[in-house]
Amino acid sequence: MNRFTTILLAAGISAATMGATYAADNIKIAFIDPLSGPFAATGKQGLAQYKFAAEELVNKKGGVLGGSKFEIVAFDNKISAKESLIQLKVAIDQGIRFIVQGNSSGVANALTDAIKKHNRRNPEDRVIFLNYSAVDPALTNDKCNFWHFRFDANADIKMDALTDIIKDNGNIKKVYLIGQDYSFGKAVAAAAVKFLGEKRPDIEIVGNELHPIGKVKDFTPYARKIIASGADAMITGNWGSDMVGLGKSVISAGFKNPIFTYYAATDGITKTFGEAGEGVVKLVGEGQLNPPVSDRADAYTKAFKAKNPDLDIGQPRITNVMEMLARAINDAGSATDMVKIGYALEGMEHDSLWGTKVKMRTVDHQAIQNVHILAHTKSGITHDYDNSGYGLKTESTVEMASADAPTTCKMDRPAQ
Amino acid sequence: MSLFAVNILDGLVTGLLLFMLCSGLTLIFSMMGVLNFAHASFYMLGAYFGYQISAYVGFWPGLIFAPIIVGVAGALIERYGLRRVHQFGHVPELIFTFGLALLIEELVQFIWGKSQKAYEAPLALDFPAFAIAGNSFPAYKVFMIFMAMGIFLVLLYILTKTRIGMIIQAALSYPATVQNLGHNVPLVFMGVFGVGTAMAGLAGVIAGPVLGTFPGMAFQLGSIVFVTIVVGGLGSLWGALVASLLIGWLQTFAAAYNVGMSDLLIALGFEKPLDLANSALRDLWSLTLPQVGPILPYLLMVLILIMRPQGLLGKRET
Repeated sequence: MNRFTTILLAAGISAATMGATYAADNIKIAFIDPLSGPFAATGKQGLAQYKFAAEELVNKKGGVLGGSKFEIVAFDNKISAKESLIQLKVAIDQGIRFIVQGNSSGVANALTDAIKKHNRRNPEDRVIFLNYSAVDPALTNDKCNFWHFRFDANADIKMDALTDIIKDNGNIKKVYLIGQDYSFGKAVAAAAVKFLGEKRPDIEIVGNELHPIGKVKDFTPYARKIIASGADAMITGNWGSDMVGLGKSVISAGFKNPIFTYYAATDGITKTFGEAGEGVVKLVGEGQLNPPVSDRADAYTKAFKAKNPDLDIGQPRITNVMEMLARAINDAGSATDMVKIGYALEGMEHDSLWGTKVKMRTVDHQAIQNVHILAHTKSGITHDYDNSGYGLKTESTVEMASADAPTTCKMDRPAQ
Repeated sequence: MSLFAVNILDGLVTGLLLFMLCSGLTLIFSMMGVLNFAHASFYMLGAYFGYQISAYVGFWPGLIFAPIIVGVAGALIERYGLRRVHQFGHVPELIFTFGLALLIEELVQFIWGKSQKAYEAPLALDFPAFAIAGNSFPAYKVFMIFMAMGIFLVLLYILTKTRIGMIIQAALSYPATVQNLGHNVPLVFMGVFGVGTAMAGLAGVIAGPVLGTFPGMAFQLGSIVFVTIVVGGLGSLWGALVASLLIGWLQTFAAAYNVGMSDLLIALGFEKPLDLANSALRDLWSLTLPQVGPILPYLLMVLILIMRPQGLLGKRET
């Protein structure tokens, strides 16, 4: 059934794209992320941000290479690695050479392997993978390759910044770790154990567990365990409905201590937490919306909101992906020579719309940028999330976080 | 021990919620032989209608009107959709309800969008009813328990003590005979389908604020509902109740205790491999109970089908 619909869909999409008359020199970018199923909200929001960023930051400024426009083509991977590989094939068959994906490191791991293999076998039409959200550290360590670029701070970098804050909080003596059972959840837990051990060996980790991803209907039993453990703080990498479910259960079970998260904002999450999350929910991430860093960032956010009243800028880094790709294509002087574009991207330093410098580290293709601890709050919010009045406000900032963190990446570079 | 008591209560809430879904489905299934794939979608519709009504006039009117709207929609779908497809046999019926489930999911996304809705429990019930060793138990969950219990008693009364109930029971086993006696069996079917879907809608209204109101909620609960009615026995209200509670507790306790597979294997006399990272059985050794929790109901279903195919309290072979 699934396979059949996929084929039908694929046929439909290719028929539709072939039939349409596009300007011949449009540069297509395949967006492969969930657009249906439990994580559809995250994917849909990402897609809207890409379309807006491509239009505002690239196309309206004259495009690249003297007039070529960016065009985002959406592919629904239903958050499945298998489905993503099928969609990747479809995208490549359509002649698309830039792949953006972010939701789920499981998917990113599958894509990066497939793209590496494809590029080795088809040196004539190579593909570049722009990963904007999958933060499993392995992607820029053991599994790194020349064609993969990560624009988000990885799980280790975020945890490094987060534990810097926990380090200075004497009230925290017991920490509970909980996450989704897949590569990213495991990476978060491993990083937390490592950094807490280094920075605050006195902190006791009273729980360290993984739950099935997207399958837990009711988090109450987990909340009970967390409270029974006497934890002073909780760290989770959960996202999507798993984040809302966990957060709501824990708060309604009577937890009053900070919940440190990676993704507890927007997609209805901010609104659902509302008042209950005030002073409890914290988030570690890149991109500062509140207070706005500049008039330009302020205007950009307002314009996005005017066009998509029900969506938010949940992943500010998407503007960096678009702007840096545009620069790399211009620097390379070609939208088809992936080797040149890859070399132009690595080592690139970019002034982000969100007030930070972004440096694409050459050694492992990991973007280095400012990482913030953001608080879920109502006060001092210019740009709220979910039209709820609540939003994320920067509490503290780690400048160019983990700029010299070690990597195990050994990259095979193509001949220039 | 206190954690145990809290988990008993939590499991009860989960189980009773499941029961509200299953009670309607088990009647529909045994009466019409229709595996209604869309049943959980009516649950989702209930949650969304409840959310929409609560946005204008508050939670309580939603609690009353949303299930009614869902029930009427269900009855109309039976009358003008399912009944026409029924004459072509089971496969078209299956496909019809399956398509309906997809259609409802898409419709919900189209109208309300893909992100989670901030559907909240009413303020009057938004306080901890009591706390056991620091674990507070929300008043809303107490309300859920009483609500589900009340529904069970009302249904039980109607099915066993009233004339309508007797006709329904008779139509369950011998529809042709009941029809020959002059009863309007299609009308009974429509009524049962409507009430069944209204119950699912009510479950949605009640569960929406706790489990989240988002387009994936039907999918999340869809398969477990079938497992429950098969375990309980088709057509048996008591069976649905017992199976729901059983599965509710099974899931709650599985998630609540971090018993590892390694504990079990060591207790059985196996030796833990020294070099676990390179052992072929590494995954087996590192499994924990919360991780295998979600498959336990399915395991239970397989066991029941082998040992007692008619289900725990079912009367006839499935």
